[in-house]
Amino acid sequence: MKMVVAYIRHEAFEPIRADLLEAGFPSLSITEVKGSGRQKAITEHYRGSDIAVHLRPKLKLECVVESKDVGLIKEVILRHARTGSVGDGKLFVLPVEEAVRIRTGEEGELVLQAHEGEEVSLDGHRA
Amino acid sequence: MRRIALAAAVPLGAFLLAPAAALAQDGPTLDDTVSSLNTVWVIVAAVLVMFMQAGFAFLEIGFSRAKNAGLGVVKILTNFSIAAIAYWAVGFALAFGGAGEIAGTNGFFLDVSSLPAEAASQFPLLDIAGISPAALLFFQFVFCAVSLAIVWGTTLERIKFSAYVIYAIVFSALIYPVISHWIFGGGWLQVNVGMQDFAGSTVVHLIGATGGLAALLLLGPRRGKYGPDGKPRAIPGHSMPLVGLGVLILWLGWFGFNPGSTLGALGNRFAEVALVTNLAAAAGVLAALGVMYMRTKTYDVGMAGNGAIAGLVAITAPSGYVEFWAAPIIGAVAGVIVVYGVILIEKVLDDPVGALSAHGLAGIWGTLSCGIFTAPRLAEFNGVGEGGLWYTGSFTQLADQALGVAVAFACVFAVSYAVFYAIRATIGLRVTPEEEEAGLDISETGMYGYPEQFIPPSELIGPGLPAGGRVAEPAPAGVTAAVTGEAPA
Repeated sequence: MKMVVAYIRHEAFEPIRADLLEAGFPSLSITEVKGSGRQKAITEHYRGSDIAVHLRPKLKLECVVESKDVGLIKEVILRHARTGSVGDGKLFVLPVEEAVRIRTGEEGELVLQAHEGEEVSLDGHRA
Repeated sequence: MRRIALAAAVPLGAFLLAPAAALAQDGPTLDDTVSSLNTVWVIVAAVLVMFMQAGFAFLEIGFSRAKNAGLGVVKILTNFSIAAIAYWAVGFALAFGGAGEIAGTNGFFLDVSSLPAEAASQFPLLDIAGISPAALLFFQFVFCAVSLAIVWGTTLERIKFSAYVIYAIVFSALIYPVISHWIFGGGWLQVNVGMQDFAGSTVVHLIGATGGLAALLLLGPRRGKYGPDGKPRAIPGHSMPLVGLGVLILWLGWFGFNPGSTLGALGNRFAEVALVTNLAAAAGVLAALGVMYMRTKTYDVGMAGNGAIAGLVAITAPSGYVEFWAAPIIGAVAGVIVVYGVILIEKVLDDPVGALSAHGLAGIWGTLSCGIFTAPRLAEFNGVGEGGLWYTGSFTQLADQALGVAVAFACVFAVSYAVFYAIRATIGLRVTPEEEEAGLDISETGMYGYPEQFIPPSELIGPGLPAGGRVAEPAPAGVTAAVTGEAPA
């Protein structure tokens, strides 16, 4: 099992999410983060004084998949997140030791992504 | 000071009322009707000025960081309420209770005769305005409250709440009433010097900003305002939309502030004053926006707002004294002054809302502008001073204006500095660095203005409720004892 962690532009997320869902990878998390890199600071002008904002907002995308699926996930993320300009972000792949589905207590790779079985509606009741 | 053209209005009123008077001999007299009409306008204007409290609240809250947003609400309510009671009890009598050179002495707690003639001898302004004494008090009080609200703009995000309470009492019972007596209430600056200040560029705005300067000098800047190199850093306020709402509410309120200072509706002078006011405000916005664009190539939201306020502040003194054409000039100069004022003052003093520039410098400019642009016919109409430099070629009126500005500034600064010095020496003027860092909302009011921004959702839900508000189902088969923490049944 691997965790793919990607720091991406906000606008790249929605096409990535749609393609991953299509490919059978609905389970992922995002976090609003701020970070610095080679992208320049933004200068805010406020009533005659300036303030340099060095940390830029990015999305942190986390997605745990079976090791064999990492290549596909990477390809989807790179396809949508790359604009060619400084500030596109970075992607990391980390090893994962265990996975547990909290609702049932099931363990292992079968809890990771889409699987045969019930669909669940928005309010949590089984459809 | 504000002599309403009652004589001109009477024939119209008489024409309208003649049939009614003929039918009901014991009905209201013409004087009663005129008085009621003027009283209605004064109360409407006073209500508009009262709403400026909302403008100051939103302006200051928008220019503050989110951690200080809630305090602005309770601050405005407290100051307004203290002033309401102190001005009724003491302030109004000092300001308008007689034509003494220094202060009035009649009518504490609005103890006023029910006979109009006697009331007018107690409060000479009633003789000119012919309105209800309660209306006059209420109208003058909301001016006092505006002036007090201006004081605190310089002190945002670091002053102790207790300082508001003490200074508000001194300000609304003593400082504002005495100065307003000198310039509005028949005191020495108005009568002996002939200083022109129609609605209070000096009396309301410069006084408020002067109190703010005294507080700021003893208070010091917010933490982090100046970098290690001593250069000012921007501490952006949390909501420019709230700033905009505040500015527009103030702009609206000014249509009570200046046109209401006619103290009556007859003669329709108030409509001309309203137009003059609007022209100056518009010119202030455009000038401030233009100057900032030339400096930074950006359309500065805060400066556009400051430009509007500066234009309004500047036209406050001359609004009853100048012709239409002078208004955009006065407003535009104020818009330029406020931008350079904010930028220069920012180098040494941390004034988060620009009150020293928008109310102080623009107030000085507005008061002086009477000495340049006052039309002789309007000086005569109001019965104060003479025409300005533009018309007369004489510096007399300009010098009178400058004297009034200097006296008002010096007196208010001296008293205010003493009061704030005493507060600092006894109970302290400033919150601790830890409280400032945490924000005045949690340290002074005990609650956040925007709780969800500071309290994580999990903490708001608290313990005791199952996830999603549903009762958890029994653990399904297959769940190990290690997960449930219990031995399988």
